[in-house]
Amino acid sequence: MKTGEHLQMRWMELLVAACFVGVSLLVITDSLRVGNAWGSDGPEPGYFPFFIGCLLLGGASWVIVQTLLAWKQDDGKEVFAEKHEFNLMLLMLLPTAAFTAAIFVLGIYVASVVFIAAFMVWQGKYSYFKSIAVGSGISAALFVLFEVWFMLPLPKGFIHTWLGY
Amino acid sequence: MDEINNLFQGFAVALTLPNIGFMFIGIFLGVLIGVLPGLGGANGVAILLPLTFGMSPTSAIIMLSCIYWGALFGGAITSILFNIPGEPWSVATTFDGYPMAQKGKAAKALTAAFTSSFVGAFVAVLMVTFLAPVVAKFALNFGPPEFFAVQLLTFASFIGMSKEPPVKTLMAMMLGFALAAVGLDSVTGTLRMTYGQESLLKGFDFLIAVIGLFGIGEILLTMEEGLAFKGHKGRISLKDVLDTWKELPKHWATSLRACLIGCWMGVTPGGATPASFMSYGTAKRISKHPEEFGKGAIEGVIAPETAAHAAGTSALLPMLTLGIPGSPTAAVLLGGLLIWGLQPGPLLFTEQKDFVWGLIASMYLGNIVGLIVVLTTVPWWAAILRIPFSIIAPVIVVICAVGAYTVHNSLQDVVLMLVFGLMGYAFKKLKYPMAPLVLALVLGDMAETSFRQSMLISKGSLDIFVSTPLAGTITCLALMMLLWPALGFLKKLSRG
Repeated sequence: MKTGEHLQMRWMELLVAACFVGVSLLVITDSLRVGNAWGSDGPEPGYFPFFIGCLLLGGASWVIVQTLLAWKQDDGKEVFAEKHEFNLMLLMLLPTAAFTAAIFVLGIYVASVVFIAAFMVWQGKYSYFKSIAVGSGISAALFVLFEVWFMLPLPKGFIHTWLGY
Repeated sequence: MDEINNLFQGFAVALTLPNIGFMFIGIFLGVLIGVLPGLGGANGVAILLPLTFGMSPTSAIIMLSCIYWGALFGGAITSILFNIPGEPWSVATTFDGYPMAQKGKAAKALTAAFTSSFVGAFVAVLMVTFLAPVVAKFALNFGPPEFFAVQLLTFASFIGMSKEPPVKTLMAMMLGFALAAVGLDSVTGTLRMTYGQESLLKGFDFLIAVIGLFGIGEILLTMEEGLAFKGHKGRISLKDVLDTWKELPKHWATSLRACLIGCWMGVTPGGATPASFMSYGTAKRISKHPEEFGKGAIEGVIAPETAAHAAGTSALLPMLTLGIPGSPTAAVLLGGLLIWGLQPGPLLFTEQKDFVWGLIASMYLGNIVGLIVVLTTVPWWAAILRIPFSIIAPVIVVICAVGAYTVHNSLQDVVLMLVFGLMGYAFKKLKYPMAPLVLALVLGDMAETSFRQSMLISKGSLDIFVSTPLAGTITCLALMMLLWPALGFLKKLSRG
């Protein structure tokens, strides 16, 4: 899939089209389960989804066929992303995923402080003091805005019981 | 003139002190959203929507629509000063706006952009004022078959007019429909595509999709491009403004064409982004000196900005009168209406007069407020853009996460947002358009319900969609739109 310098467009095209095929199969299977016939009073619940699934499958197959037909000609020249670009993207995606997981444990306020501060130290080379200050500031602003001002509770994780708020 | 009376009543509603306050807050937030990467009209409004649940619907929609106007204005600032389109609809503005800034004419470009935005929006609001009541009255006669025909037209015109490959547009749209169908079937009460997952019972909320696709997706893309901020100074003196204003009337023809394109693209669901490109292209083709385009021609700023604002504003016309949004942001506003307990559609004009006309009046006022705000505060926004991406990016991710959570107070939604974000990234790269996906997700249930209601009326016969002149005409139009790309394909074939 990787040639060293870049991710090839054709492989990504196939990968995404394959995901579409997967989704379309899920849709079609379920529409057959609930009934996809044309009843006496019009379509059954699965009638529409069945067609949607078929169109998805058709479209995805079309993309796959087109990609394969152009395979030789393309020869991996078309670039989805340069490797260093893709790595940069991962540097954003993975911390974001970690942040999402952290919300479940730490609650959104603490997770935000850690996420913002860590990202600043790691990516921006800021001092610990500055980074934690910015993170805490944003988190405190969120707290005032949501909990105090608009009274919309956000997830707090374990500090909920710890602080007794 | 009924409309004028209603409009003045609307001004009375909009011109209360709290509402003017909301207008200013909305414009400020909107410009901020427009300037920051990853936050835009659609997801910005989606994130802020939960904050308005406690407000009166009129104040809420005034604030949210002002956020939208603000975002439209804000996109121009980043395009001209930094060559970074803050919003997709301001991509075309970078073509000539940035070269103008490089030549030291940033103030002129900014003034031209803001003024054109204002003109475009103003013309579109005039159209909404006088056309919306007519359309609404007309639409009162609509039954399920007519509504389905209009919805069909909406989807068909996406495929017909899309810049992206038609197959991919179709796939994105079908994915939206499929996601919309998940959960409880509204006609028979059957559970569809939940595969035993309890969290899927309520289906997919399009607000989460919007926040993920447009917000997280954009942040990932921006990160990948490794943003280097090389901005130009943005400061506008009164003299710059007056000088530019003296020059602008010369370009009235460009402006007028852009307004027409914008209004048309906004009402038929093309949206602001294709409108701005189309307008730029037309201006270049018709111009007497097309070679100057791309090197800092002022028409190259006027055309896309006017069209984008005209389209953005007129997208609210089908939303208010038919309940069919003309753009993703209008779709989010539509979602807001439903949450506040208002049923969008023709009845809104007879039953919720204060609301509708308050909103229309606020469009006039909001754009005046917007013009003043952006003209006076440009340096400040330019300074925000100089905040390094390593600070801005995590903050925006946090804001998106909070926004996704507050829609249903569900942490699963935050995970879902991340998935949609990754999808947005891949879709953008592989040229799958996102607007049809979002609109299909919003309209999917509605379209299916009106189709099945029609079938109940006609006892299962498809003839009902061509049996009345109105439904028949709209259905035919829809089919023509749908076949448009096929025609182009045949032409290409015949030419060999």
